[in-house]
Amino acid sequence: MTSNARNTTQDSQRRAWLRSPVFRALVALLFVFLLGLAFNADGSFFKWDTHRDMLRHISVFGILACGMTLVIITAGIDLSVGSLLGLTAVLFSLFSIRMGWSPAITISICLLVGAACGMLSGGLIAKFKIQPFIATLAMMVFARGLAKWASGGQKVSTAVLQRDGTYKYVDVPPIFNFLNSKLIHENIAVVTLIFFICIFICWVILNKLRWGRHIYAIGGNEEAARLSGIPVLTTKLLAYGASGFFCAVAGICQAAQELQGDPEAGMTYELTAIAIVVIGGTNLMGGKGGIGLTFIGAMTIGYLEKILSINAVGEASRLMLTGVIIVGAVLFQKFRR
Amino acid sequence: MKPNGNHKLLRMQGIGKLFSGVRVLDSVDFDLEPGEVHILAGENGAGKTTLIKILAGVHADYEGRIVLNDRVVKFKSPHDASIFGISAIHQEMSMVNPMSVVDNIFLGREKTRNQFWMDFHSQIEMAKELLAQLELKVDLLEPVENYPLSMRQMFEIAKALVYETKIIIMDEPTSALNDVEVSRLFQIIRDLKQTGKAVIYITHRLDEIYQIGDRITVLRDGKRVGTSALDSLSPDELIHWMVGRTISQQFPERFPRSGQERLRLENVFIQDPSGSKRWAAENVSLKLYDGEILGIAGLQGSGKSELLNGLFGTYGKTVQGHVWLENTPIKIRSPRHSVESGIALLTNNRKDTGIIPEMNIVQNITVASLESFALIGWMQNQKETLAARQHADNLDIRAQSLSQEIVTLSGGNQQKVMLAKWLETKPKILLLDEPTRGVDVSAKHEIYELMNGWTSQGIAILLITSELPELLAMSDRIIVMHRGRITAQFSAEDATQENIIQAAMGENTGQ
Repeated sequence: MTSNARNTTQDSQRRAWLRSPVFRALVALLFVFLLGLAFNADGSFFKWDTHRDMLRHISVFGILACGMTLVIITAGIDLSVGSLLGLTAVLFSLFSIRMGWSPAITISICLLVGAACGMLSGGLIAKFKIQPFIATLAMMVFARGLAKWASGGQKVSTAVLQRDGTYKYVDVPPIFNFLNSKLIHENIAVVTLIFFICIFICWVILNKLRWGRHIYAIGGNEEAARLSGIPVLTTKLLAYGASGFFCAVAGICQAAQELQGDPEAGMTYELTAIAIVVIGGTNLMGGKGGIGLTFIGAMTIGYLEKILSINAVGEASRLMLTGVIIVGAVLFQKFRR
Repeated sequence: MKPNGNHKLLRMQGIGKLFSGVRVLDSVDFDLEPGEVHILAGENGAGKTTLIKILAGVHADYEGRIVLNDRVVKFKSPHDASIFGISAIHQEMSMVNPMSVVDNIFLGREKTRNQFWMDFHSQIEMAKELLAQLELKVDLLEPVENYPLSMRQMFEIAKALVYETKIIIMDEPTSALNDVEVSRLFQIIRDLKQTGKAVIYITHRLDEIYQIGDRITVLRDGKRVGTSALDSLSPDELIHWMVGRTISQQFPERFPRSGQERLRLENVFIQDPSGSKRWAAENVSLKLYDGEILGIAGLQGSGKSELLNGLFGTYGKTVQGHVWLENTPIKIRSPRHSVESGIALLTNNRKDTGIIPEMNIVQNITVASLESFALIGWMQNQKETLAARQHADNLDIRAQSLSQEIVTLSGGNQQKVMLAKWLETKPKILLLDEPTRGVDVSAKHEIYELMNGWTSQGIAILLITSELPELLAMSDRIIVMHRGRITAQFSAEDATQENIIQAAMGENTGQ
């Protein structure tokens, strides 16, 4: 009798696990991974370097997806992440290459600017009830303009234009080299470590902090949350602020990797970030999902792109295939048995 | 179509249904004669709604067979069922809120010319006719969201009548209606019977069962307990059928307490939340004492619900007038501020403004009091689970596990979770807006006993309920509102259904 009851609980636990979004996201990842084993491009898929580069490549997108996850769980969306990445990449390069400011100050300013821009969209959304899509669309356009204004429309690199029309090359600031390096016998990139830290921060926010509970509650049923005394305005403000903060982190990493601040950097990155969150299984309707899913989603997209690139699939086919696979993965998440 | 005993309009035979391995219906038989109102009763979770959804084509996967007019049928979708003349008015209303009344009535059955162009004119003409039949005066082009719940319920009925309907299923149609509207609905049902249409009527309310029903089928735990003509079934027997035991009284005895003044309102004005210039509640003054239940009666539009919401801060700082909580003047600012000062509001719409569907039971219980489960912002999950467990025991919340999502619970248990949520905020005043709506008989009884328990600890309750017997039995005093004003006040002894209804309809008779 008892063992029978235990069996049924184990049974129902197993069934719950099979139906859980984490399991589904893992299956999608596994599927892509198996594709990699099959189409291994003469064994290059079996080299650790391939995986390390995949992780390095996906890190910037993954960091953007971290903030995007918080926002999407509140039933919102943040279209401005790509532009904010561009803006902070420009600012970071300007301050550290042109002005020669210390990394601590430069990084702090960039993070502040990112968070402030995010909170500005958050304020428009929470206080003035502008739809997230519209408010962050406006921020996307505005921040791109700001990036172009700050950079004078030029890439901010180590080649500095002199009065007499010649270029003088300045030294690359050490912070760039550090962010662009690989640690532990060149086995993992610094930006990848930063991505992992961002994932951990979001995990703490969503699972350990009261604020995280507020984020879920607002996404689940905003009116019920408000009537339960949850500070809706502050919560949303901070969620978009956090998204802006992570954009700045991503912007700094991007600038370090490119050794320059490109005002055009991050174009369409918002779409990749949303795709990562959605492939992970976080629902655009809000209230559901988690950062672990986003991590798996980032891996899935990362491997997908890596496999296509090591097999030298042309860009046209790559884009089409990516579109098909995104739909496939999301459909797979929807099926319930 | 003459109603005779032999001809069955509908026979459902041996109907069974499994939901992810759990049996919710077990070979249930059900039949329907033309021109009858057949009540389907049973506690929440008894399987009524599932049975109805099978008939309405919502669940296409079931055991057993459905015979309609001596023909075996199997519906794959609600559209399928409507083609065979079956219309359902579900508990969760199926209106598209931003769309107009007329568009909603014809949703999915739009009138067209040449199968292509919308025929707005004939839609409007037909809708006018239908609504006149239901004695409703409304602007057909207004979005339905601008009308109160009760009105939308009437639109649902109009929608059901558009189809060439033979069988109308009504799932607790009166839960959002007041007495006047209920009697109008019953008149409509009687008219439908005259034309040979059959009605399947789901309800929890005993008085309604005997008022409108011809026959009754009772379900319990997915099985049919019995079917009987209502003439030959006594209320006691019926309750016994429904709960499987005898509940001696419907309401527990209430021992009124008197104590210090806990809440005082003077000349409170509350703006109409829909944005119109008029006051939803006007010049309201009242006092509420420790451990007292003050009932508020009133028809739809009397402003009773708006009064509670206004007090709670749902409408922000728009409330005018003076409010004292335990003899300290307070300003109404926001729900957050009210929760902090010890006021709790159980809203009358659990689905839209109560539960957070994605969250589990524990999280729904603690969502209004997260401050006490967080140490400088860090959640203390164990403490949280412990508190939830205690409430679940005290309130007898029946769930397999507290980490279950709240939507998997029955209505009565969901309501108990909502009550637990507000108790966890340690309220001084509970504002209860329809606390037993959509709750089965035995859970209702439990909620009454809980209310008695809380008041004996000193908590004061402002109670709104559209069920007059409940209001009369549970309140120590009753005030009646009409068009935003208090028109009468009764002590528990003086109050009767008659004088409350009189005052609610605007006759200033009370003292």
